[in-house]
Amino acid sequence: MNRITNCFKKIKNEKRKALVVFITAGDPDLEETKSILDVIDDSGADIIELGVPFSDPLADGPIIQAASLRSLKSGTTLKKIISLVQEIRKTRDLPIVLMTSFNPVFVYGEQQFVKDAVFVGVDGVIIPDLPPEEAAEFSVYAEKKGLDVIHLLAPTSPDERIRMVAKKGRGFIYYISLTGTTGVRVQLAEGLGDKVASIKQSSDIPVLIGFGISNPDLAREATKFSDGVIVGSAVVKLIESNSDPIQRNKKLTEFISSIKQAISDPR
Amino acid sequence: MDDNTKSMELPDAQGHFGPFGGKYVIETLMPALDSLERLYEEVRNDPKFQSDLKYYLKEYVGRPTPLFFAERLTKHLGGAKIYLKREDLNHTGAHKINNTIGSALLTLRMGKKRVIAETGAGQHGVATATAAALFGLKCDVFMGEEDIKRQALNVFRMKLLGARVVPVSAGTRTLKDATSEAIREWITSVETTHYIIGSVVGPHPYPMIVRNFQRVIGDEVYEQIMEIEKRLPDLCVACVGGGSNAMGLFYPFVQNEKIRLVGVEAAGFGIETGKHGATLSHGSTGVLHGMMSYLLHDDDGQVQEAHSISAGLDYPGVGCEHSYLKSTGRAEYESITDEEALDGFKLLSNKEGIIPALETAHAIAHVAKIAPKMNKKEIIVVCLSGRGDKDVNQIADRMEMGL
Repeated sequence: MNRITNCFKKIKNEKRKALVVFITAGDPDLEETKSILDVIDDSGADIIELGVPFSDPLADGPIIQAASLRSLKSGTTLKKIISLVQEIRKTRDLPIVLMTSFNPVFVYGEQQFVKDAVFVGVDGVIIPDLPPEEAAEFSVYAEKKGLDVIHLLAPTSPDERIRMVAKKGRGFIYYISLTGTTGVRVQLAEGLGDKVASIKQSSDIPVLIGFGISNPDLAREATKFSDGVIVGSAVVKLIESNSDPIQRNKKLTEFISSIKQAISDPR
Repeated sequence: MDDNTKSMELPDAQGHFGPFGGKYVIETLMPALDSLERLYEEVRNDPKFQSDLKYYLKEYVGRPTPLFFAERLTKHLGGAKIYLKREDLNHTGAHKINNTIGSALLTLRMGKKRVIAETGAGQHGVATATAAALFGLKCDVFMGEEDIKRQALNVFRMKLLGARVVPVSAGTRTLKDATSEAIREWITSVETTHYIIGSVVGPHPYPMIVRNFQRVIGDEVYEQIMEIEKRLPDLCVACVGGGSNAMGLFYPFVQNEKIRLVGVEAAGFGIETGKHGATLSHGSTGVLHGMMSYLLHDDDGQVQEAHSISAGLDYPGVGCEHSYLKSTGRAEYESITDEEALDGFKLLSNKEGIIPALETAHAIAHVAKIAPKMNKKEIIVVCLSGRGDKDVNQIADRMEMGL
C-alpha cells in the first residue's frame, strides 16, 4: 500500500487540491517537532514534508538555512529523524516525505537509508541535489523497496527534461515555482501556468508547486493550474518567531487552515 | 602530447572520474550545466576561440611564465634541483587568471552580461573582476567575512576593478560558505549570469573546464624543462585547496607514471587538532558543491569546518579529479601546518627574493622537507601559484612586526 498514491486518489475523488506542509525536523528540537507534526496533521495538511537539516543546504534561502542550523545545534541527525517517524507512525497515518540533501543519505548508506526509512513508514524522499542523472541506482533500489523518489522540475527545465523527469518521477512532481532558492515571495513567477500545463501533459502523476508559496492568495492562484501546493518557508518562519509552543501551535493551526481553506475554494 | 591514454579521457560523458565528480545540483541548474557542456565542446576545437584565448594569455596575462631554477634554495636544501614555475608573475599575481580569461570568453559566447564568483584568498575574485573589466562584464564576488578581514588588499583591488564584493556571514564565513552563497545566487540568476568557479570543483563540466584552462601550466613546464634539462622532472609539487594549480601542473604528466605528483594540503593547527584543511589525507567520500569527492564531514554527513592560515586552502572539499588521482594512487597528498607554511614563506623570500602566497608557501615547505632526501641529479618542479603581497599584512601582524 502506498500512502502517497492513496492520498492523491482520495483528493481527486473529493475534487480538491493537495496541501503539503514542510518543516525542518528538529527545529527547534525533535520533541517539539512531534507536537508540530500533530498540529499540522490536525490542521488539514495532506502530506508532511520533513526536512533533514544539512550544514550547507544549497537550494535553501535564509529562512530554511537558519532552521537547518537551529536543528543541527539541537543535535538532530538523520538517524534520529527516522526514529521520530517511527514514533509518529504510532498515531498518524498521513504520508510522510523526507526532504534531504544527498550527503547525509550517502553517509548513512543509500540502501540502508531506504530500508530504514521504509521500515518506519516514510513514503517518499525528495533529494534536490540528486537529479535523475545521478539517481539511477538509488531510484531502482527505492522503487524495489516501495519508497517514492520525488523529482523536481524548474522554470529552466526544457521540454526534453520535462519528459525525462516526468517518466522517472514517483509520487508527485515537485515543480519549483521560480528560478531561485526557497523562501517567502509576494507573487508567483510569470509563465507559471503555461509551464505547469506543459508538465501535466507529460505526466501521469500529480504536479505540485513549491518554493515561495507564502500565503492563502498565492496558494489559491497556484492551485488554479496545479494539483496542489507545498508550503515551507512561511511555516518555518512561524515556528521561528513563536518560541512559546502554545502560541506557536495556535498560529500554525490558523495559518495552515487558511491555506487549506483557500485551496478548497478556488473561485 | 597525446590525449589517448585512459586517464586523459576522463571525465566520462556523465562527468565522472571513476566514482567521483558528477552533477549533484538542483534541477534549476541542470539545463545551464548541459548548455555549458555543449558550448565548451564547441569552443574546444574552435580555432577562433583558441586563438583569442592564446592572444589574451600572451599579451594580457603575460604567458608563458618562466620556469626558474632556484639555485640558492637548491644549494641551501642540498638535494634535488628545484625549479619554480612562476605563476606569480601572471597579471594579477596568481594562476587563477588562466581560468578566468577562458571563462570570460565563454561568457561572451553565451551572450551573458554578468559573472559571479566565489573567492577565498581573493585571488580568484581579483582574477574574475579583472577579466570582467577587460571584457565589459558585470561582476559580483562572494567572499566570507572572515576572509574579507584577512585579505583586505584583495577586497580593495576587486572594488577598484569595478566588482561588487558580497560579504557572506553564514557558517564559518570562509570559502565554503562563499561558494554555497555563489551557488544560491546562480540558482537565482542562472538565465542571465555565468558562474565562474575558481577551482577544479563543482558540478560537471566545471572541474574539466577549469583543468583544461589551467593545464597551460603543465604544458609550458613540459616544454621548458625539456629545453633546459633535456628531460622531464622526477617530481611535481603544488599546493591543493580546491586544487586548480596542482591539476594544471599535473595533468600533462599524469600518463607518465615515472613522474611523482605530490599535492600539498593545509594541516592547519596540526592534523591531530582536527583544525585543518587536509581533505584528501584525512577526509572521506561525500557530496558537496555539486560533486562527489573527498570531503571533511562527520558521521552524519554534516560538513566540518576547515582551518588554514591561508584563506585559499581553508576549504573542506577538494577537486574531484584529485580524489580520483588519490584513489588510484597516481598522485600523493601530503600536508603542511600553518607554522611550517610560515617557514616556507620566509625561506623562499630569503633565499630567492620571491615572496610567495601563503597557499604556495605550503608547497615550498613540503619541498624543503623532501628535497634534501633526494639525489642531486633529481629534478623537482614546484608550482609557484601566486605571489604573497596579499598576505604581508596578516603575516606582519602574526610576527608582531606591524607595518
